[in-house]
Amino acid sequence: MMDILSPAGPQAAHIRELWHVTVLLCTLVFAGVLSVLAYVLWKRPRAGEADTPDLAARGAPEAGPRRRVSAAVAASVLGLLFLIVASVVTDRALAHLSLKDALHVEVTANQWWWEARYDDPQASRVFTTANELHIPVGRPVIFTLRSNDVIHSLWVPQLAGKKDLIPGRTATLHVRADQAGSYRGQCAEFCGFQHAFMAFTVVAKPPAEYEAWAEHQRQPAAESGDARAVRGRELFLGTSCVMCHAVQGTSASARRGPDLTHLASRETLAAGTLPNKPDALKQWIRNPQQFKPGVNMPATNLPDSDLDALVAWLGSLQ
Amino acid sequence: MKKLALALAVALVLALAACEREKRDFEPPQGNATAPTQRNSTIQPGQAIGAAPPSAPAMPTTAYTVENNAFALSQGKRLYRWYNCAACHAPGGGGDWGPPLSDATWIYGAEPQNIFLSIAQGRPNGMPSFGSHIPEDQIWQLVAYVRSLSGQVRADAAPSRADAISANKPENRREKETPVIRLPNDGAHNK
Repeated sequence: MMDILSPAGPQAAHIRELWHVTVLLCTLVFAGVLSVLAYVLWKRPRAGEADTPDLAARGAPEAGPRRRVSAAVAASVLGLLFLIVASVVTDRALAHLSLKDALHVEVTANQWWWEARYDDPQASRVFTTANELHIPVGRPVIFTLRSNDVIHSLWVPQLAGKKDLIPGRTATLHVRADQAGSYRGQCAEFCGFQHAFMAFTVVAKPPAEYEAWAEHQRQPAAESGDARAVRGRELFLGTSCVMCHAVQGTSASARRGPDLTHLASRETLAAGTLPNKPDALKQWIRNPQQFKPGVNMPATNLPDSDLDALVAWLGSLQ
Repeated sequence: MKKLALALAVALVLALAACEREKRDFEPPQGNATAPTQRNSTIQPGQAIGAAPPSAPAMPTTAYTVENNAFALSQGKRLYRWYNCAACHAPGGGGDWGPPLSDATWIYGAEPQNIFLSIAQGRPNGMPSFGSHIPEDQIWQLVAYVRSLSGQVRADAAPSRADAISANKPENRREKETPVIRLPNDGAHNK
């Protein structure tokens, strides 16, 4: 659910306040204009067919209407100025989020998925994941935003406003989640065929749980002794998968597609397009174009048993 | 009236000629799925240890249809970077550790089929074999792009821009080279 009216953090709360102010003011103006219109339509005596036109005011300015129009213009300008001030105040409030002890996450947008690299002063503790960002509750997060191809926009309505990711430029977004929960995000700038299927999830969890998750993500891929999984691993490393995907702990280290080291721990496949179930994964690998026409992942021409082995191995990557 | 009809006819012919330019296939052929040749090294064109050598290794099973397809050419350009061709042949194909692809000289042939086999099978002195690693339709896209580097494809289909700053002329402005099959005489690639 994407709902700007139920914020889960201070940034979204500021934006909701601005929304309330804007809606209230616009509603007042709208109601005012309509009631004045109704008043002049129904209250004033109308001219009959036989009446002679009133030409008394011709040539001389009408004092009454002129005053009323000036008052309406002044009120409109004041209303607009008020909205601008409210917007500036909101912007300042957004900029004042305390960034003490912030978590740094580099988010890179691609057609059509999100890469998240969790930074750490200690290089061996840096890890990469995709399309599912976990963050600790109550701790500020600095998202560093980049794009690899076209302009995208990151939007998690329950946490913050939209921020564009522009190729060749770096943007930052400051966020804090105060309530644990799972918040859907979406690309908010048209970026090609599958713009609508470029979603992600931000999972806010208590700091201890977050640390456990992060520690798990730092581990290399799980080893599986299952014969089918071993065959799947061999297939992954021996066919086209390895050209674009990385799985830590194996020789697969390409950065063109999502990191799959802990694929099985994620809720969805292909940036929120499919549920992460073995059957969906198999169909996706066999022919991604049937779910996301135009996606850069090619179809995989493998016999059924091999696809099952591949899915078995990917399913073991907890 | 006659002039108008003629103008319309010319416009129609021109429009029809552009139809196939960016044709894009969302359903790649799903032929008989066969177990791929396993490769245990990134250098050797090869097969699983102990397996019988394939009789015709990495021969294409589909036809080359993307020579003048703008979509395939720009996809080839993307893959040239993604699959690290640029690391040895340089961005724009000027050559570095690997021989240049933008000149007239070809060691293993300039025909699309020759280029396909060079990519799929690998070549001595460092060209890895990508046969089991790159799907055939993508190899054909790379072939088309490699040919565009020396001006072999139509200028209205070849890429005209790059995502990053480029030191080379865009592919659609390259002069058409006349391919010659010989070893390069720079001494670096003819060992």
